[in-house]
Parts: sequence; structure tokens; C-alpha cells
Amino acid sequence: MASVQYREIEGRSGAYLALLGVLGALVLAGLGAAWLMEHEGHHITGMTNRIVWGTPHVFAVFLIVAASGALNVASIASVFGRELYKPLARLSALLAITLLAGGLAVLVLDLGRPDRLIVAMTHYNFKSVFAWNIFLYTGFFAVVALYLWTMLERRMNGYTRRAGVLAFLWRLVLTTGTGSIFGFLVAREPYAGALMAPLFIVMSFSFGLAVFVLVLMAACRWSGRSLGDAVLGRLRSLLGVFVATVLYFVAVQHLSNLYIARQHELERFFLLEGGVYTALFWLGQVLVGGVLPLALLFGAASRGALAAAAACVIAGGFAQLYVLIIGGQAYPQQMFPEKEVASSFFDGVVASYAPSLPEVALGAGGVALALALTVVALRVLPFLPASLADADVDVLGGTA
Amino acid sequence: MTRIAAAAILAASLVLAVAADAQQAPPARVAAPVIKIEKGEACVAPADEMRRNHMKMLLHQRDRTMRQGLREPQHSLKGCVECHASRDTGSVLGKEGFCSSCHEYTAVKIDCFQCHTPLRQAPAAARRP
Amino acid sequence: MSPERRQFLAWGAAAAAGSALAPGLRLVELAQARSPEEAASKLQRWGLLIDITKCGGCDDCVTACHAENGVSGHGRPETDAQWIRKLSVRDKRTGYAQALPLMCQHCEHPPCVDVCPTGASFKRDDGIVLVDKHTCIGCRYCVLACPYGARSFIHEAVSGQKADVPRGKGTVESCTLCVHRVDRGETPACVEACNRDGGKAMAFGDLNDAASAIHRRLKSEASGQIRADLALNTGVRYQGL
Repeated sequence: MASVQYREIEGRSGAYLALLGVLGALVLAGLGAAWLMEHEGHHITGMTNRIVWGTPHVFAVFLIVAASGALNVASIASVFGRELYKPLARLSALLAITLLAGGLAVLVLDLGRPDRLIVAMTHYNFKSVFAWNIFLYTGFFAVVALYLWTMLERRMNGYTRRAGVLAFLWRLVLTTGTGSIFGFLVAREPYAGALMAPLFIVMSFSFGLAVFVLVLMAACRWSGRSLGDAVLGRLRSLLGVFVATVLYFVAVQHLSNLYIARQHELERFFLLEGGVYTALFWLGQVLVGGVLPLALLFGAASRGALAAAAACVIAGGFAQLYVLIIGGQAYPQQMFPEKEVASSFFDGVVASYAPSLPEVALGAGGVALALALTVVALRVLPFLPASLADADVDVLGGTA
Repeated sequence: MTRIAAAAILAASLVLAVAADAQQAPPARVAAPVIKIEKGEACVAPADEMRRNHMKMLLHQRDRTMRQGLREPQHSLKGCVECHASRDTGSVLGKEGFCSSCHEYTAVKIDCFQCHTPLRQAPAAARRP
Repeated sequence: MSPERRQFLAWGAAAAAGSALAPGLRLVELAQARSPEEAASKLQRWGLLIDITKCGGCDDCVTACHAENGVSGHGRPETDAQWIRKLSVRDKRTGYAQALPLMCQHCEHPPCVDVCPTGASFKRDDGIVLVDKHTCIGCRYCVLACPYGARSFIHEAVSGQKADVPRGKGTVESCTLCVHRVDRGETPACVEACNRDGGKAMAFGDLNDAASAIHRRLKSEASGQIRADLALNTGVRYQGL
């Protein structure tokens, strides 16, 4: 086994500081948006009594799902013993922490009473999936931090595998919890069902790896470290498998709905007549997030194609969560089957929603926070290998 | 015996010294709270206990009322407002409001009146029969 | 029944007998009122029975509710709160049209209570589902979970609240079954308005009390629940659905 050299990035260049400055400005804009929403109330956003979870939740759920998925690369190294992935494990665990931090920041700042966060920490209803998730998220930070410690501290290296198994199991439970936030909503036809948990898990594999690939390529390029084709080739096929799996789960979800008469209206909405949601489903989620990346990943072997495919997966992921979270609320709740319903409270009609600037700023602030934390961490601690050139990574070990 | 007397004298002089010191202190930058009690003879507990513990009483009563439907008037926020609202503004908030002037002085944020009304209610006779 | 309680009732009965001729004294309601020192009890389950064949075109229940509870809007229908609303329901094939008032259904197994992370959304012992605004963090998960769209999120600062009905920005709220009136032994404002000015379609009472009118009607007449398939055992029942 080749011993891997890790090194902090230098972080003195103007470009590094400029990157940090841009991210910092975005974080500040996000904080400003949150302050405005808290001060004025949520009526300044696009959210209503029908669409109570808006764009911030799309960003937050994306980041949280991607966080658990970003850990996969480390899991493949530590749990499944693939040596090729080992040099990537530290960055993978780091991204898991920073993405989760960004996502949670958005989630918390979008609360109606963010000043009462302490209440959420002191009052628990243990039947609530949300309450479970509070423990799953905080526990995830602790478990992944422990895992990182076993990797960074030479004397603890012997425990890496055990910590890795714990982190891997934890992330599966965590994403099950995230999916179940929606899956357990018995009153919402677009969500209710056990499929949400595994769907979210495969989504996390795909979105998390896409983010990882882009961050890895950018970090190596900007810090002038070599990144060999062996590593990228492996990540390329892995991403392809994950994208295809997400498509499969989405297909199963819609096919089973199409079979059930009660759900026909729902499918007509999402697949045919849902306006922006239908467009986002076919063009965003399926085409940009599924078909295009598959073509890029398996059709071309260039680095540009891999980066483009990862970007497509991320864009498609946002589209998918937008359709799921916002489209799922826009679709009217069915209280009276076979009846037309109307009221002053927008019953029986598709609820209207348009993202507002504060919402987008808050969400983008969360993404920027995650990236800024990553950028700072890479400079402070040795997360990134000095070289990922083919000669420096254990190609044969990876295929074992 | 003399020792005890000496100690007592010492203590007394100390207290006097502290009191004198307090009188000579420069005027505070923050205006002292205005405490105008508009209605009623006595509060539900002596003033020093109320100063120290009114928040505990309110918290206790809040959970009893909210969770169990126990609406004892003694420690209810409604009761506080009823007696302590200003005669001019009808409110416990505002510049010389009973709640706000003290809370501003001590720099303790009150969260009650984001939801609860700070205004004394119209007399019961005005309610529809 | 404790001796004190019995004594209290005896005094109450004596006082009532002594002033039986006093005009406007509502003996029935006074007899039902709990004393402020008595907690809501599991022995009771408050509920509504709504006969929608009698529910016409008026919205007196809505007006009365919002006046009683100080629920006023800002002229923004998408974000303004609604505790009760009138639904028009029309059969897609036959065109048969009905109207009904819809509010929190005060479920025995409320999904909003299940999902609330802090326990702010809770069910009182007597079956009334409430939001404890002191611990509500404004996550809106309950709004998503409610099958009836009964909850509203307060999107902007509120002023002019009623003393009995605190409401504030950033928290979730819904019909309280006029809990402050119920605790005084009165009926909810919607029911009072419906029986005074409307179609006399709404009745309020203790579903558990075998002697109550609502209990007897539920026992002898057909009634149903909205989304009975979810088996939530709602406290609000409908006739003529």
C-alpha cells in the first residue's frame, strides 16, 4: 500500500482570498435575507399558507442529502476496503460536515422563530421525525468528526475502519430520516409512502458524489495538484451508476402511482398538466439531471464531460427537489374524492408560488457557507493529498 | 460580648458607607424605570418577591393554562395587564409602561407581547350579553 | 367527586335556585362550566356535529370566529390566516353542489401533533388540539401534515389581539374550538353564530357524555368524518356529506 501524503493548501494567493471573499459576501447576503425574513415576517417571501416550505427548503434538503452522500467516497474506502478511494476519504468526510452545516443553517434561519432554536434543543416530541432528525444531524457531526480524527491522527488510524462503519450506518439512518420527513406525511398524496426513504438515499449517493467530484477537481486544479485519470475514471462510472439508480427509483415511483386510480390525478399533474412542475420534471429532473449526465459520463471520457455531468446532476437535483417539495405542496390536498372543491383558502386549486429574492439569497448563502467552510478547512488541516496522479494512487488495490 | 458589639458597629457603619456611596453615585446613563401602579391596593405577592419571581409565576401559570386549561386569575398575564396598564395609554408597554420601562432598564427582552395584547381590556359591561 | 367539588356545586345550585327568576341567567351553560381550578379532563371530548344539509350560503360562522379570535387579515389572501372557511363541494359527474364549514377537526390521533418537533402542537385532555405558541418554533411541519389544510402560519406582525387569544408572527395557529369560551362553559363562536343568524347547522357538545344532545344524535343519526380513511377519529362530524 502506497503511503499517501496529505498537505494543506497554501491559501495565500489572491485567487484564494478572492474566492473566500465572494463566498463570504454570499454568506452575508444570506444572513441579511434571513434577518429580513425574521423581521418582516414570511409574507415578503413567495411562501404562503399553501406553500409553507419554499426555496430555502429546496436548498436545505439538497445540502443535507448531498452531505450524507458526500461521505460515500470515504465509506467505500474504509468500509468496503477499496484502496483507490482512500486518499479521497478525508475530503469526503470534510464535505459531509460542511454541506450539512450549510443545509442546517438554511433550515434554521428559515424558521418562523429562529430565536427559539434553544426550544428545539430542550423540548422534544419523540414521535416527530423532525425531532429524530435533530439527533441524527448533531450525531452525524460527532460521528464524522470522530471518523476524521481517526484518519488525521496517525495513532488512531487503527480505528478508522470501525469509525467508518459507524459513520456509514449513521448516514443511512440519517437519509432515511430525511426522506421520512416527507414519506410519513399521510395526508399528502405526492409524499406519503415508504419509497421516500430509499429514494432519498439514492439521491444522496448521486448528488453527494456530484458535489464531491466538482470540489475535488476544483481543489486540485486551483492548488496545482495532479489528479490522475485512474481516480476520475472510477468516480465517473460510480456517478453513472448512481444517476441511473435515481432514474430507476423515480420511474418506479411514477409507475406505481400510474397503476393506482386514486393517484391518476396526481400523475396527470406532475407528468402532463403541472405547468412549471411538469417542465421542471421532464427538462430539469429527467433530461438535465438524468439523461444528459448519463450521455456525458458514458459517451465521452474527457474531464470536461465529467465536470459537466456533475454540474448537470446538481442542477437536476435542485429541479427534482423543487418538484418534490414545492410541487408536492402546490398539488391540492384531496379531501373529497371525485368532487370539485373551492374556497377562499385556495382549496382544490394548484397553489401558486414564485421564489423570492430573500429565499434564493438565503439558500445560496447556505451553499456558500458550506463551500467557505471547506475552503478554510483545506487550508488549516491536511485534507487533500499532495498528488492524485496515477503513479501515486494504488490503482491495483482499488480493483481488488 | 464586646466582640459581637464591635462586629455589629462595624457592620452598621459598612452599611451606612455603602448607602452613602450609592447616593453619591453619578447619575446613571440609563433612565431609572418609572413604576406607576395604577390600580389595586396590593399585588399578588410582596413587591420584592414580585420583582424577583414574577417571571417564574408567569411561566408556571402559562403552562397550567395552556396545557391543562387551568385559568386561575392569580398569576395570569391577563391579570398583570389588568392592574398595571397605564391609565393614559391603557398599555403596559410604551415609554413609561409598567413592563417596558423596567425591562428596558435591565436590558431584558420580553417576548410576551409579540402574541399577547399589552392593552387592558374594555370593561366587562361592554361585552355582548 | 371530591367533597369540595360537591360543596361547590351545592352552593351553585342554591345560588341558582335563589336567582332563578333573574332574567338572562343561563342555567344550562352555568352548570357545565368548569371552575378555573379544575383541569381539562379526559372524561370529556369536545366536538362538533355539522348538518350540511342545513348549511346555506352564509358565512356567519367564519365572521363570528374571526371576530371572536381577533383573526384579521392584511388584505393578502395567500398569507392571511383563516381558522375556519366555507368550502363549496361539487360532484364532478352529477354536479350536485354542497357547502360546508371546515376548521381544525380536533382529531383523536392528530398528524400535526405527531410531527411537531417540540411538542408545541398538542392535544388537551378534553380532545381540543392546540398550538402552544410559547414553544412553537415556526417550522410549519404541522401545516404540511394536516389533512384538512386547517392550519395557518402567521406571516407578519400582529397587533390588536384579543386578551384570550394570543397570536404572533412566526408561529402556527388554527381553530382552538374557542377553548377560552369552552373553559367558561360557553359554546364556540361559530356554533353560536350559526344557531343565532345562520342555518342552525352546527352543534357543540361533549361526545363522551351520554346525556348530551350531540352524543344522542351521533348515536341515532347517520354522520361521517372527512377523510375517514385516515382513521384519525375526528372530533368534528358531518351529516349529509
